[in-house]
Amino acid sequence: MLELTAVRAGYGTFQALFDVSLDVRAGEAVGVIGPNGAGKTTLMRVISGLIRPTAGALTMEGVDLLATPPHRIVELGIAHVPESRRLFPRMTVEDNLRMGGFMLAARPKFRQRLDVVYELFPRLRERRRQLAGSMSGGEQQMCAIGRALMSEPKLLLLDEPSAGLAPIVVDQLFELLRRIRAGGVTVLIVEQNVQQVLRVVERAYVLKAGSIRAAGSAAELSDSATIREAYLGV
Amino acid sequence: MGVFDIYLLETLINGVLLGGVLALLSLGLNLVFGVIDVVWICYAELIMLGMYGMYFLYTVYHAPIVVAAVACIVLVGILGLALHTLVIAPLLGAAPINQLLATGGVLFFLQSAATVLFGIEFKNLGLRLPVLKVAGMFVSYSRLLAFGAALIAMVLVYLLLTRTYTGAAIRAIAQDRQIMPLMGVDTRRIYLITSGLGGALAGLAACLLVLQYDVHPFVGLTFGPITFLICVLGSLGNFGGGFVAAFVFAEIISVGGLYLDLEWGYVFAFAFFIVMMFVRPEGLMARRS
Repeated sequence: MLELTAVRAGYGTFQALFDVSLDVRAGEAVGVIGPNGAGKTTLMRVISGLIRPTAGALTMEGVDLLATPPHRIVELGIAHVPESRRLFPRMTVEDNLRMGGFMLAARPKFRQRLDVVYELFPRLRERRRQLAGSMSGGEQQMCAIGRALMSEPKLLLLDEPSAGLAPIVVDQLFELLRRIRAGGVTVLIVEQNVQQVLRVVERAYVLKAGSIRAAGSAAELSDSATIREAYLGV
Repeated sequence: MGVFDIYLLETLINGVLLGGVLALLSLGLNLVFGVIDVVWICYAELIMLGMYGMYFLYTVYHAPIVVAAVACIVLVGILGLALHTLVIAPLLGAAPINQLLATGGVLFFLQSAATVLFGIEFKNLGLRLPVLKVAGMFVSYSRLLAFGAALIAMVLVYLLLTRTYTGAAIRAIAQDRQIMPLMGVDTRRIYLITSGLGGALAGLAACLLVLQYDVHPFVGLTFGPITFLICVLGSLGNFGGGFVAAFVFAEIISVGGLYLDLEWGYVFAFAFFIVMMFVRPEGLMARRS
């Protein structure tokens, strides 16, 4: 579904990704784990078009992402839940969700998608008239995921969804991710919470200092010393 | 009610009427700033051109006044688009000071161009609207009309912002510019729509102001600074804040002008602004961040 080949990217003279290649197949959940500053967020931004790579190739279902303007990448079925949520804090929950369904193809399905999201996150329905910025961290994360789901994506990119949340909320979050997956959405998730994430994904890549250091099934990686090395050797 | 009270009431009413027009002026500037993050220093000069547009269409070419007004709104809207495309868009990545200098340059360019093209004589529509006498108070018809039209325009903008996808994108972009592509929003398109809308609001303001004021190349100096101060007082980019600040300013001008001369009203208003900048530098309606 999603394929990255030898992608390089960075900010100005700082290079954050070195020849990263990875692929995500339809229906899978794939994790990207690695220490702080490994380039995980950059990787997500490159896929969703927020930054352009300096070299390499990216395709989504065979469509060249580099030939697609950034604001049209969501139309290919890629929805990105950015790091630290990035809700519109002074807009209501429902207006935030409306922005998630901004693209023309999603507008006629607004009510229908809203029902899907509210079904998944009943708390959002209760708070639909509340300003997004006034909610708790967990609720905001639900809203950010709900906003991404409004475009009926095939591939959901999640960047550190558990960051800053209380442990009990993190458990709920990963439970919800299982339900979203069960709905047929493919997931690529970046996390520092390695143990939790390896329980939701089938495969994962280990990213460190901008390159892929290891890849394997969740079970393999859980036992592997590479992971411990990646974290302890920061 | 004594004579004094009637004067005060009349003054307060005139203050409200002035406030409506000032609110319209600040709305256009605030929209552009909130969405594009650039201050159109030359905003009042767009209004000046619109006033000339009205003068030529109505007084010189005898177009029906409603046709002239609609044409004027459309023309200044197009001017807004041109300003964005030619001056702002190429400078979007530049330092804010360069953007200010560029739109400041446009201000002087438009003033000089108007002087060359239209001369420095004061022109007016040659249209006298009646003054209404209600319960012993005098309220000018042109002010009432301006207030009503400004209010309708603001309601329309409010509906646009709250009821349409484009409006939602305009509000959202003011809160988080970088992630707009993730929502499928083409920011360049929203910038253009906003600039056209900002220009059209300046065009409407021109139609309303030309009913009350003569037009000359420097007439923008009468409205420009006060519009900018209102926006700052209401927290630049905050639509609601600008609205409230406009009425506060208008009442200070109006009531100050009642007890002393009209000019003293402006002195009080600007003094109030300076004091407020010490007391609440983020503006009246500053958000807790």
